Amino acid sequence: MSDTHAQTVAYVRDTMLDPKPAPANQSGAIQWLRENLFSGWLNTLLTVLGILAIYGFVSHFYGWFLHGVWNANSLAECRQIITDQYGQGATGACWGVIRDRWHQFIFGFYPPELYWRPILTFLLLFVAVGPVLFQWVPKKLIWFTPAYPFLAVWLLWGGSVWGPVLVALGFVLAYVVFNFVSRFGTIGGFAAGAIFAILFWLFGVSPLAEMLHAAIPLGIEPVESAKFGGFLLAITLGAGGIAMSLPLGVILALGRQSDMFLIRTFSVIFIEFIRGVPLITLLFVASLLLNYFLPPGTNFDIILRVMILVTMFAAAYIAEVIRGGLAALPRGQYEAADALGLDYWKAQRLIILPQALKISIPGIVSTFIGMFKDTTLVAFVGLFDPLKGIPDFIRADFAWKGIYWEPFIFVGAIFFILNFAMSRYSMYLENRLKRDHR
Amino acid sequence: MTEPHFDAQIDRSHMTVSDEVAIQIENMNKWYGQFHVLRDIDLTVQRGERIVIAGPSGSGKSTLIRCINRLEEHQAGKIVVDGIELTNDLKNIDKIRREVGMVFQHFNLFPHLTILENLTLAPIWVRKTPKKEAIETAMHFLEKVKIPDQAQKYPGQLSGGQQQRVAIARSLCMKPRIMLFDEPTSALDPEMIKEVLDTMIELAEEGMTMLCVTHEMGFAQAVANRVIFMADGQIVEQNNPHDFFNNPQSERTKQFLSQILGH
Repeated sequence: MSDTHAQTVAYVRDTMLDPKPAPANQSGAIQWLRENLFSGWLNTLLTVLGILAIYGFVSHFYGWFLHGVWNANSLAECRQIITDQYGQGATGACWGVIRDRWHQFIFGFYPPELYWRPILTFLLLFVAVGPVLFQWVPKKLIWFTPAYPFLAVWLLWGGSVWGPVLVALGFVLAYVVFNFVSRFGTIGGFAAGAIFAILFWLFGVSPLAEMLHAAIPLGIEPVESAKFGGFLLAITLGAGGIAMSLPLGVILALGRQSDMFLIRTFSVIFIEFIRGVPLITLLFVASLLLNYFLPPGTNFDIILRVMILVTMFAAAYIAEVIRGGLAALPRGQYEAADALGLDYWKAQRLIILPQALKISIPGIVSTFIGMFKDTTLVAFVGLFDPLKGIPDFIRADFAWKGIYWEPFIFVGAIFFILNFAMSRYSMYLENRLKRDHR
Repeated sequence: MTEPHFDAQIDRSHMTVSDEVAIQIENMNKWYGQFHVLRDIDLTVQRGERIVIAGPSGSGKSTLIRCINRLEEHQAGKIVVDGIELTNDLKNIDKIRREVGMVFQHFNLFPHLTILENLTLAPIWVRKTPKKEAIETAMHFLEKVKIPDQAQKYPGQLSGGQQQRVAIARSLCMKPRIMLFDEPTSALDPEMIKEVLDTMIELAEEGMTMLCVTHEMGFAQAVANRVIFMADGQIVEQNNPHDFFNNPQSERTKQFLSQILGH
């Protein structure tokens, strides 16, 4: 409204305006190109340089990909085929190694006649995580989720069924103890349950398992940890680590915020120590030092040891990510929960954590992805990870001596697919939990 | 300042003050570090009283009512709510919180839960009410605050005034005997203040014991049976609303009233 009229003439609108559609979309392909790629001389220059870079990259590598050879049983044969087909000096990828050794990339040295066990375990993994990850999966399936880890361990390692059953029983007994003691205090209940379970696992499980096995021998052929390798090893460590590090991370994050001095101090020391030390150091601790500290004769499985350390490592990071989420919550949320009479655990479970975890989803999933990739570091403690352990083993065979890029590309591609899936899932979850309609 | 007028239609038949003591505060003191926020507070609230606490910002009004349900801890003196003394005993604190509802300036609804879930959460988890009954109670109170049709929405989809009415309903679902209001209309647009005040008036008409920190002097005049004026962490003056507004005694009160009403 112009000033002069506003001063002199009173204005009264006699008809209200109806809403009109926004101007028609003007952006065709040309418009888009001009706006996004050629909007000024600098942008144009960058576009041209970008196209040149892509061209250089593609022209350099496409021959190598194009000349790829699948049907060869050694590197020498590969090179022969490429020379025969494309002339002297032509380069090409030798995918024959993947065709020849894919089973080692996937299963390591797991007995081939038992491949169905890891495959079944992997398929059941989706049944187990389905009800947790997706709403459209029937909620009744959730009973399978807590049972799955024990089933998976039994399927993968084989042996008597009683070991995993008794370890699972340890959790049930711990819960009973917790329920009983927590009448006198939740923290005490936790401690009593944990101590009881650890004692039961250390001293109760193996004699009981032997007795039960003698009475009712139920079991499948055992496979030792040394036979694990490739993606079987990476996914076992990754899935186990992810499943265990999230609850541990939540507990550590809450512990760090606790009013209780001892719990807070322990959490801070744990988090800062684990974050301050390289993962490889911890892996060496797992593989070498633990043997000195454990009672002689205890056979503490190397994969289990590594999984525990990987879990602790990821949990320390997740604790800090969740602490960020907790800090982002307005104080009013805590106060409203308090004012309604919710106790600490109920407030955390019903009000605080659902919101803090939602905020922390990107950070948590980043940590998971990082941890999954870090499982390849187990190569340093002599396990056959898919990125170094298995390719090194394959190269030790004279037929594939000198093969280099192809295993990296293959393994890298599988890692990318799995991690990209996790990343997409986290975005889907964020979207699903979106509640701010502002 | 234009004051909304309520007096005409207010039904005072249930607004009776009984002899029973609801809250007893004796010689209570509180410090934030070295800062003495509340000084020698003595206050007795009878059941059925509607008390408005006024005063300049930083005078300790909010802190005072937040001490009553232990959102803030007092360091000296005694607070007895409904016959239960507030100590460090968590059981007592929980008991008191179940009897005392609170409404906040910023509503503090739980944004990840629907309106209905916001209302049923505490009855189900704290009072162990069966879910069906909790939903019935929740719908009853949503109707009372006139937004039953919003039950399935999330707080972020509601206007400020609606959110605050939900917050009041959420407190009421716990069937409290005392309600605390901490500046319930200060974060609202002017056009929404009245709908929240109307809800509070209705509550007063039913005889609820209320302590209300507010700058709504019209509300104080219409509903309160006692107005307390605080400054520098102390109770400076208290009186019935008529005398408080028309015949203030202390200089601080006169100054405050002239600032808040004088334009």
